Amino acid sequence: MTDQLTGREPEVGRARVRKEDARLVTGRTNWTDNITVPGLLHIAILRSPMAHARIERIDVTPALERPGVVAAYTGRDLAEGLGSLPCAWPVTEDIVLPEHPPVAVDEVRHTGDPVAVVVARDRYAAADALEAIDVDYEPLPPVLNMEAALAEGSPLVHADKGTNRCYTWPLATGEDYATVRERADVVLRRRFVQQRLIPNAMEPRAVVAVPPDTSDQYTLYSATQIPHIVRVMMAVVTGIPEHRLRVVAPDVGGGFGSKLQVYGEEAIGLAVARKLGRPVKWTESRSEGYLATHHGRDQIQDLELAATRDGRLLGLKVDLLADMGAYLMIVTPGVPLLGAFMFPGIYKMDAYDFTCTGVFTTKTPTDAYRGAGRPEATFAIERMMDELAAELGMDSVEVRRRNWIGHDEFPYTTIGGLTYDSGNYESATDKALALFGYDDLRSEQRKREERGDPVRLGIGVSTYTEMCGLAPSRILRDLRYGAGGWEAASIRMLPTGKVEVLTGTSPHGQGHVTSWSQIAADVLGVPFEDVEVLHGDTRTVPQGMDTYGSRSLVVGGVAVHRAARKVVDKARKVAAHLLEASEDDLDFADGVFSVKGSPDAHKTIQEVAFATFTSHDLPDGLEPTINAEHVEDPEAFSYPHGTHLCAVEVDTETGRVRIRSYVCVDDVGKVVNPMIVEGQVHGGLAQGIAQALFEEAVYDEEGNLVSGTMADYLVPCAADLPDFLTDRTETPATTNPLGVKGVGEAGTIASTPAVVNAVVDALRPLGVTDVRMPCTPERIWRALRDARSARPEEGSS
Amino acid sequence: MTRISVKVDGTAYEDEVEPRLLLVHYLRDRLGLTGTPVGCDTTNCGACMVDLDGKSVKSCSVLAVQADGGEVTTIQGLASADGEWHPLQRAFHEQHALQCGFCTPGMIMAARDLLRENPDPTPEEVREGLEGNLCRCTGYMNIVRAVLAAAAEERRHQAPEPGAVAEHAEPSTAGSGAPV
Amino acid sequence: MIPASFEYARPRTVEEAVGQLALAGEEAKVLAGGQSLLPILRMRLAFPELLVDVGRIPGLRGVRTDGDTLVIGALTSHHDVVHDPLVRRHAGLLAAATATVADPAVRHRGTIGGSLAHADPAGDVPAAVLALDAELVVQGPDGRRSVPAREFFTDYLQTALRPDELLVEVRVPKADAWGFHYEKFQLSAQAWAVVGVAALVRRDDGRIVESRVGLSNMGPTPVRATACEEALAGADAAPDAVASAADSAAEGTRPASDLSASAEYREHLARVLTRRAVLAAADLT
Repeated sequence: MTDQLTGREPEVGRARVRKEDARLVTGRTNWTDNITVPGLLHIAILRSPMAHARIERIDVTPALERPGVVAAYTGRDLAEGLGSLPCAWPVTEDIVLPEHPPVAVDEVRHTGDPVAVVVARDRYAAADALEAIDVDYEPLPPVLNMEAALAEGSPLVHADKGTNRCYTWPLATGEDYATVRERADVVLRRRFVQQRLIPNAMEPRAVVAVPPDTSDQYTLYSATQIPHIVRVMMAVVTGIPEHRLRVVAPDVGGGFGSKLQVYGEEAIGLAVARKLGRPVKWTESRSEGYLATHHGRDQIQDLELAATRDGRLLGLKVDLLADMGAYLMIVTPGVPLLGAFMFPGIYKMDAYDFTCTGVFTTKTPTDAYRGAGRPEATFAIERMMDELAAELGMDSVEVRRRNWIGHDEFPYTTIGGLTYDSGNYESATDKALALFGYDDLRSEQRKREERGDPVRLGIGVSTYTEMCGLAPSRILRDLRYGAGGWEAASIRMLPTGKVEVLTGTSPHGQGHVTSWSQIAADVLGVPFEDVEVLHGDTRTVPQGMDTYGSRSLVVGGVAVHRAARKVVDKARKVAAHLLEASEDDLDFADGVFSVKGSPDAHKTIQEVAFATFTSHDLPDGLEPTINAEHVEDPEAFSYPHGTHLCAVEVDTETGRVRIRSYVCVDDVGKVVNPMIVEGQVHGGLAQGIAQALFEEAVYDEEGNLVSGTMADYLVPCAADLPDFLTDRTETPATTNPLGVKGVGEAGTIASTPAVVNAVVDALRPLGVTDVRMPCTPERIWRALRDARSARPEEGSS
Repeated sequence: MTRISVKVDGTAYEDEVEPRLLLVHYLRDRLGLTGTPVGCDTTNCGACMVDLDGKSVKSCSVLAVQADGGEVTTIQGLASADGEWHPLQRAFHEQHALQCGFCTPGMIMAARDLLRENPDPTPEEVREGLEGNLCRCTGYMNIVRAVLAAAAEERRHQAPEPGAVAEHAEPSTAGSGAPV
Repeated sequence: MIPASFEYARPRTVEEAVGQLALAGEEAKVLAGGQSLLPILRMRLAFPELLVDVGRIPGLRGVRTDGDTLVIGALTSHHDVVHDPLVRRHAGLLAAATATVADPAVRHRGTIGGSLAHADPAGDVPAAVLALDAELVVQGPDGRRSVPAREFFTDYLQTALRPDELLVEVRVPKADAWGFHYEKFQLSAQAWAVVGVAALVRRDDGRIVESRVGLSNMGPTPVRATACEEALAGADAAPDAVASAADSAAEGTRPASDLSASAEYREHLARVLTRRAVLAAADLT
């Protein structure tokens, strides 16, 4: 980097405290629910109390009698101006794509499916009016179990489609799996269940829709990760021309995939604003969100692993059932397929056979949740590696060493067909083992076992990689995804030398303002403080593909870097003119153009910006701007990796698990801001651990969400989680100029199997070979009891 | 309608309110003090935490009428009159104890209450003291660090003046931020 | 979510409160700290016409002693119960159990009277009060009466309180000579007790003279582990004897199966946790 010549400390790599924080720690925030505009009305939505029913009769007129109520609509009232909610990822040619009206018209298909909308002067009046709406439902049978849903004669979620099968998507690579299997010494079969999860971003979703007033544009404020995609899709759903629609993501309080969505409430808000000519707001309550905001995971994984006696993998067969829920939302069907390529993980093998079947059920739709497809895949392979180690009586780290891609083998094209550009699994693992005190813990584990300690120690290993940085557009085409994977950035050099970076990413906690400032400051040689980053408003940043899939840095951050380089290139032309030198004779360092050999002849980039602003003295044909933009279409996915080690203590009397220590060494390539990276890892770990031990969306036999409030769905608090010991190795990515890799989802992807492996490791001497997630005390107690009764001759302990 | 008078972040208010109006909606919708957000409906998340008469409360589970005659401090009233941040605000910033920031007002108010009762907590005591607050971004580790750092700073600050322990418990006299 | 409308009264005396309750009958709810009631109202699980806010009635807050009895005003907050020196000295079990209620902010608002009148069997305070053989003093139009804790909890969320009565104080026999322990088993720090065991043990050197064991969430009401108490009377103060007695901890209980646990697992937990609680209370750990 140029700065190294001048001794200016590069911004990239510094643990800068965040520019974002000042407003957030003082309460000067701009959450969507904070927004108020003159004449604002409030929307409340009546939702189906039943999983599956025909709407026989619905009457909203009594609601209109309630004080303060301005309007009330049924699904039919709104259907005229609203199309079906979009699915942008029809993964196969013959996928079943059901209609998805924002408000149900004839039939409800999950508890929480909207059936009517009221509009009132305040949120209290709107909530009251819901009580007045009459609906007669004719119950239809719920469809709750994926395997039963696929059986002949099952009730159907979408009767007109004739099947609950949404799609079947196969992938077979390498040698023929059946042939490879024949030469295996060991064939392991396991079924793992990825429970349904509720993302629980701390900010509930909210929408404010403002009809055209002084401008001809509608404005939609939404607590979304994807304002740019929402704009396109809302234009399609509502018929409001795209150029008449501005979408703003104000301060957004977390997303984790749940706000990577095009939601019915956004369409409802715009439709009501259009009908009434009044601005409207809708804010979900937490328990409403549990029904209305998409869920994550929910897969049944049937796995078969073929290996040799000395622990070498030969082949892997994966059969997935993936619960779509009642409708296909923006990327519902594609989520499991983001895992399709990741089941082989970091390992070499000869054959891979994958099939995923998407299934409709009468539950809230699933869609992306932190990691989206990759946590499921990583869990499967990392659990299987531990099972293989146990089967062969081999150390669980050793079995991985025998199969992983060596650091000298990169770039390496995997059996899944991905080319991993870089990595060093040996180095990350060695570092993690040392930090963890692996040998000492193994020794303590043996001692506890020998003395029959009721509290057992377990050690879980997870050596993961993942594909992120979504995504090269051509690959997305091959996967039948409905958009590209590029990201845009533009840089405005202001006359006073200050800098505005416009990014198409849409941060909601990730610290892009700080990190992008660091990237731009380095390339332009301007102070970090002189850079402002603007985002999340389609009027300010007209082009963007938004934030998800650990893509922001490796696509959007790289776009900022390249746009800044274009600014320097343009500025060089102006500087050359001002300095009466040829461009080739100019050095650029620390924000200063100087003439080679005549260091006194120089112009700062700020001076160049001002000279460009005045344009009094530019040569003919030179456009009077040094502003630049860049749209980055990544050449490859990004492949962070790492080694996570978890030690748990399991109380075999109660089944209680306590995490004793957690160590992870992640390799996310070059790091822009180590403090932010560490924070991303921490948060990811918490969510991955939460899946392993605490969280599950549970439905009863009638299709009611039993874990329907935050009091029932156990989001862990500070007292539930341990300290983490995190460290890094740094193997730069070779597929982007910054050498960076994605980090947002890594912790979540890696940690779940590390924890479950540890739990099973603790209990394996007692005959337990698996515990379903979340590994609750009762599940562990039952697993121990079942194991004891299966092996009575070994007595109890 | 019931008449209430409440002092919030140093400003006195009198209002007619419906008895059912939640304190948090009074703060947000009537007073425009939107620094205090609402994150759940079951008293779990703690995002709405404010100080009422010297004690942390979840303002989603207090009626505005219950605060009648009381004194409320919100996140917007923590900084001093000249805008200097509270040590916890500084520590949350310096320790990267927030990402999206939605839980931050509640976390800071809960931590402030914790340190009032226990100025020198262990990490475990911090974790337990924050058990009424949920964060989905940080994994809590930096929040714990921040609370410990702020505690250390406050102890340093107060060392020359033993006996002034309760000083920081007083609500500040002016709000720092205008409502959005 | 948002509560439905209700009328609001803020009586200045117990008599005034009781009068308002008597007028409104079943349509009224008493509001004390509101930490159970407000979430219920917000979820629209209840639609009272009148809320009688007793929170400012003087004289219902605080702790005093009356001979061998500790008297705790019904409006005393959980926070104050936990930190009160009299409670800690004479009814340490109550302080220990109350310290596990919800979180600090809820403990600031929530009251002992509110917890008992709400009578959630998963609550921590009811089981402790039951183990302490407390008397609950209630006041109605005809004056005060005293209800033993054993008779106070009548069914799920039901108590011996009549609609026109207000719980005014909790009278706890001083338990200075008793060892105590509250053992709470939760699925997460925020969750309600799957099972809680409130144990009091009086030892005489090598023997357990007497024990009282209150169980949270082992049925529609908090219950006493009577069989276990009987087995412990006169038993050796030794781990084996305690373990053997604790095996009967679930006898006679009717735990629910719900999202948190099956009845069978709750019964198992009751046995394990009772053993642990009694061992700790008997200073045998």
